[in-house]
Amino acid sequence: MNDKSELIISKIKKETILSLLRKNERIDNRGLEDYRKIQITTGLIGKANGSAIVKLGDTTVITGIKIQIDRPFPDTPDRGIQIVNAELIPLASPIFEPGPPGEDDVELSRVVDRGLRSAEIIKLDELVLIPGEKVWAVFVDIYALDYGGNMIDAAALASVSAILTTKYNKAIVENGEVKITDEQIPLPIGSIPVFVTIAKIGDKLIVDPSYEEELVMDARITFVIDENDNITGIQKGNPGTFTYGELIEAKNIAIRVSKKLREHLPPVHSE
Amino acid sequence: MNLKKPVKLLDENGLRTDGRRPDELRPLKIQVGLLKNADGSAYIELGKNKIIVAVYGPREAHPRHVVIPDRAIVRCRYHMAPFSVDERKSPGFSRREIELSKVIREALEPAIFIEEFPRTAIDIFIEVLEADGGTRTASITAASVALADAGIPLKDLVTATAIGKIEGKLVIDLNGLEDQYGEGDMPIAMMPSLGQITLLQADGRFSGEEFEEGLKMAINAIKKIYRVQKEALKRRYIEISKEVLESE
Repeated sequence: MNDKSELIISKIKKETILSLLRKNERIDNRGLEDYRKIQITTGLIGKANGSAIVKLGDTTVITGIKIQIDRPFPDTPDRGIQIVNAELIPLASPIFEPGPPGEDDVELSRVVDRGLRSAEIIKLDELVLIPGEKVWAVFVDIYALDYGGNMIDAAALASVSAILTTKYNKAIVENGEVKITDEQIPLPIGSIPVFVTIAKIGDKLIVDPSYEEELVMDARITFVIDENDNITGIQKGNPGTFTYGELIEAKNIAIRVSKKLREHLPPVHSE
Repeated sequence: MNLKKPVKLLDENGLRTDGRRPDELRPLKIQVGLLKNADGSAYIELGKNKIIVAVYGPREAHPRHVVIPDRAIVRCRYHMAPFSVDERKSPGFSRREIELSKVIREALEPAIFIEEFPRTAIDIFIEVLEADGGTRTASITAASVALADAGIPLKDLVTATAIGKIEGKLVIDLNGLEDQYGEGDMPIAMMPSLGQITLLQADGRFSGEEFEEGLKMAINAIKKIYRVQKEALKRRYIEISKEVLESE
């Protein structure tokens, strides 16, 4: 860590957070199941096929999508490629270090990747040009710009918003040759996941932890929920624990909150 | 993601590709204290999985800047040997191994009395020698036994298994084939006596009811694995007491 002091929360602030929570109140006046203010801007990177900046309270994150023709993976010759990469760059916080992606970056990339993949938001089987030879590869690149807590949900909102508004040049296959046309088409979209992260502080479960709340939380759990209230991903984080009852409650909260969160997403193919 | 299945994962009698019932674990064997240099060690065989775990510490933490003044740091490296899988795996750390090292550490750390050992490091090294689905959960099961073997005070052992979904049905302890072609995978670790869940992940698709049902099935299976862990530790303690008696 560059600056360990940023990882320390004053005792008085910690006590304030805990004593407010005992009354079911939060330090920023939110309810236990409320997200911070969400602002999503799509399509501002001209050179990207799709892009979105998400502001979630004090957290800002950008996702850009680039699409190119690639060879399919040998074990999936009849599917396109989805690659998610997330970088917690030192621009975004004194707690992020320069250098190759660390554990937190890798976890974030892989959690977002699995959530998108399990929901099949990008229908990869429709991105095949010549089976075994040429498929479309969709690169989802996530960059933290300002870190104010709950990076997973912000990164996922940005990635889903960018995917939903992505356009790329249609390709046609003639005599075994791939020809790129001028026609701009959207990605084939399957089901649309939203990610809901819940922090456990003492015996309370709170949605969308801020940075200060993350510093005092025991553990966090992220549920990925599709439009039919199915769970398409889970990731528990931090060395804390949950009881069976807490997990059931967290799952119910996540399903409830996912409906409100979904309203913030741009309509499919809207750019 | 549903890939084309080469085989039916559940036959007409409701049995799985390896002949198991949906709620049946693979054959499980745990051996404790097999390594000489490590402070604690364990070897686990779960079906075709073969995993060895070594624990070093609590010991002086290096580099010095990682030291935490009021507790031990816990470090974990989960690694798969190049020959452990069908296609040779590059020996370097993959992104998967980096993530799994993190979630395994976070699954084990809640069980350790880290505040008893300030300014030290507890290092957990996991080497997967052969992999066939469920290596992260088998690693956790073995690592907590290795921690106990190292004499590190624990609040409880940590025991893990996975719930999966194949042909629309919930099953316990996925094998490699079921993991690859199934419709969902949900690894779970817990401290069984304390009822505290320390790891939970999922991919694929589960309804809310399947999630609740799956958790209950996992907790049941975890109780069985917990007994095997404790028996393995008892066998080791009997060995040690014999060695001590013989040396006197």
